[in-house]
Amino acid sequence: MGVRYIGAEVKRLEDPKLITGRGRYVDDIHLPAMLHAAFVRSSHAHAKIGDIDVAAAAAVPGVVAVLTAADFGPRMAAAMPQPYAAPVIKQSITQHPLAREEVCYVGETIAVVVAESRPVAEDAAALVAVDYAPLPVMAEFRKALDADAATAHAGASDNLMATLRAQFGDTEAIFASAPHVFRETLSQHRGGCHAMECRGVVASFDPGPDELTIWTSTQAPYLVRRLLAGYLGRDESTLRVAAPDVGGGFGPKAGFYAEEIVLALLAERLQRPVKWIEDRREHFYATTQQRDQFWDVEVAAASDGRILGLRGRCIHDNGAYVPYGVLLPATSLAAFPGPYALACLDIRIDAVFTNMVPNTPVRGAGRPNTAFVLERMADRVARELKIDRAEVRRRSFVRPDQFPYETGMKARDGSPISYDSGSYHACLDRVMAKIGTDFVARQQAARAEGRYLGLGIAAYVEDTGLAPFEGVSIRVLPSGDVVLRTGAASQGQGHATVLAQICAEGLGVRIERIKVEAADTGKFPLGIATVASRVAVTAGSSAQLAAERVRAKALKVAADMLEAAEQDLVIEDGIVHVAGVPEMKVTLGEIARRLAGAPGQPMPAGVEPDLAATAYFEARQTPFANGTNAAEVEVDIETGEVKILRYLVVHDCGRLLNPRLVDGQIVGGVVHGIGNALYERMVYDESGQPLTTNYGEYLLPLATEMPPIEVEHIETPSPLNPLGIKGAGEGGTIPAIATIISAVDDALAPLNVRIAEYPLSPERLLDLIDAAAKAG
Amino acid sequence: MSEKRRISLTVNGKAVEREVETRTHLADFLRHEIGLTGTHVGCEHGVCGACTVLVDGAAVRSCLMLAVQADGAAVTTVEGLARPDGTLHPLQTAFWEHHGLQCGFCTPGMLTSLAAYLEAHPNADEPDIRRAISGNICRCTGYQNIVAAALDAARVMREGR
Repeated sequence: MGVRYIGAEVKRLEDPKLITGRGRYVDDIHLPAMLHAAFVRSSHAHAKIGDIDVAAAAAVPGVVAVLTAADFGPRMAAAMPQPYAAPVIKQSITQHPLAREEVCYVGETIAVVVAESRPVAEDAAALVAVDYAPLPVMAEFRKALDADAATAHAGASDNLMATLRAQFGDTEAIFASAPHVFRETLSQHRGGCHAMECRGVVASFDPGPDELTIWTSTQAPYLVRRLLAGYLGRDESTLRVAAPDVGGGFGPKAGFYAEEIVLALLAERLQRPVKWIEDRREHFYATTQQRDQFWDVEVAAASDGRILGLRGRCIHDNGAYVPYGVLLPATSLAAFPGPYALACLDIRIDAVFTNMVPNTPVRGAGRPNTAFVLERMADRVARELKIDRAEVRRRSFVRPDQFPYETGMKARDGSPISYDSGSYHACLDRVMAKIGTDFVARQQAARAEGRYLGLGIAAYVEDTGLAPFEGVSIRVLPSGDVVLRTGAASQGQGHATVLAQICAEGLGVRIERIKVEAADTGKFPLGIATVASRVAVTAGSSAQLAAERVRAKALKVAADMLEAAEQDLVIEDGIVHVAGVPEMKVTLGEIARRLAGAPGQPMPAGVEPDLAATAYFEARQTPFANGTNAAEVEVDIETGEVKILRYLVVHDCGRLLNPRLVDGQIVGGVVHGIGNALYERMVYDESGQPLTTNYGEYLLPLATEMPPIEVEHIETPSPLNPLGIKGAGEGGTIPAIATIISAVDDALAPLNVRIAEYPLSPERLLDLIDAAAKAG
Repeated sequence: MSEKRRISLTVNGKAVEREVETRTHLADFLRHEIGLTGTHVGCEHGVCGACTVLVDGAAVRSCLMLAVQADGAAVTTVEGLARPDGTLHPLQTAFWEHHGLQCGFCTPGMLTSLAAYLEAHPNADEPDIRRAISGNICRCTGYQNIVAAALDAARVMREGR
């Protein structure tokens, strides 16, 4: 046997360049004669726009062009395309690449300035004078469907974007006969993705072959290619979209943005390369955000604490436009019933327009919201019935003997949703064992000293490996080196390493010989997007299949070359030899040279040229990951500070391809959720002005606040793909908010403070403590 | 607006002389004037720390410093942390070993901040290291592996003294 790679803690192939400053992010691309763009953005949340006076800007030395939508004529007449059209969308309103008559959020693009340098472009952009006629603003999403609500779009009859509903079981009867029904209202607040690299685009046009190349900091280069080609009326063969190194994505980079269209049109029009790099303030104004939801929900429970069903309604803020179909609210809906075996469910989500930045998935998409709802309700049942919180969950989870378990939910095509496998009880029990039996004693001892300790627990299930595919091609070069190509884009997950591990083991080569090239439409024909924790499952399975095919081809040719039987051959470290006779050998490079062809020399009989294969593993069913988190916190009731003392994760994402990388995904995801729970607060005032537009006002988690996070794995391989993989990219984030809020709630239970919202700033926590004291 | 001044400095041990606009900040100068794109710009308002470089040995946010202020200084960027023969700095090795980076965008600032800190505080413990990088934001890692890497690098650096 050669070296085993799958499951090993292989160091990342990506790192040597990144630790020495040799990464190539979009702003590191420098082309000859390149120009720089800066955008004029709306300063109003909702307004008609009249005259746009560009004279002063155009007069600045170094400015090449100042352009509005009108200047592009028919090339920019259409609004942006809807990438995910669905009949359920009542008002599929998308923005224009540059606004034409109306602006609907602060930050919406109105005009673009192109100059010889970025500072000059930005100086000139500030000189563009836009005539605004303000319109009524909708900046409070909970009121968006009120009869007297201002509409976020002039001329719209209301603010309803779509209503989604999921139902199963006899909800009416079960709630009528249930021994206990409890009702809660829950508020969840918006934050941003805040990848450390902002967005950015470089566009270059070559009029000779009529080829347009776009480098963009994206999670979805193939989506950008398709939509951009459609918008430009350009054949996809003349448009190359590539994601270079991308400095974090976290969801919002999976969309298609106005700036990508504008840059493409600028490069065509000016016939010079053009670069635009988003600055951090623009990131607050113009990159999509997430998580604003308001829930009014009821839970039905049996006397023993078993959760029977859930019903309720959610108002979901979609922001000003629909850049991403209904995928975000649909993800919230589809995340029910979580790990719980429910007899009934009836959930309605009304997605509404507001005059704020559009909302699309941020790490976890709608799942952290749903986990928050389910877990707050589970805690509520436990509290009301005075049953241990873990026990309520134990009694309500899908049992191990129930897999595959049909939840009652339906997929988009109407087929039943089925949980393939999982370890819900095992993860919970392991977390509780790690917490130990002494927590209550410690909590009581602390309370006697006036210190407020709390324990939070939350469980989750995650649908991963979203259909349909990410393909992989593997090609052995005459040197014996191997090139692996895929359409799947990376933003730091370590896909190159993981795919190379699978390839190395499947083919029988050393990982050092493998070069991975990804996310470039010029190098691989098809791709979907890096979203929904899907790349390890889809591309990983494709890598396995492609490696098997290359291996089979190599063995067939080697048997011919060595005059040996195929079944007697093994491949080790890139050398095919007869088992037990290492001197009877041929290298993969020699086989590749044989299959590269030479004049007059026929191919081996029955073998096509090229030692290569392409595979598309087709993900037809969903592997579900699961886990339970727990946190111990201490709340200072004088200052409102929440200190996280300990954070535990027991997690099951099937077979671990590289435990070190999975741990990295989990820990990073948890910290994102902790940020949502305690720090990150994207504030808009009543006129739709964003008030938190820098990192002094919008707080991200820092090293000093983060607790040690302990991660343990249980491996329940998925039966749905050859390697037993389930996704791991978002499983850290999904339960983290619910875990922290559960812990704070537990800590403050003696003060009768109940937490039904996030984020919890110290100020907000003190308000809640004061209000509970006044209520007595 | 576009007043220019000639500056001379050393960057990663090499002498550099350039005419620069007085308003150009050091990060843009390093990235776009002399092509050292390893230094990253994450917020341009001095909070995220991605642009940290060493100026005469001190960790400095290069988005908050003008290039003209570096006249006469010795600047070290992430490209200059390894030895000229390519031997990695102990921090670089430790970040690789401990999976201390994911997207890699904050990494140059983490490495330079920690290089300066560990030089001055060779016996740093975990709370010290967390404080030392409290001005560097990472959205990917949750900091845990960065801290582990820094502790390991500190040990290696102590042993190498």
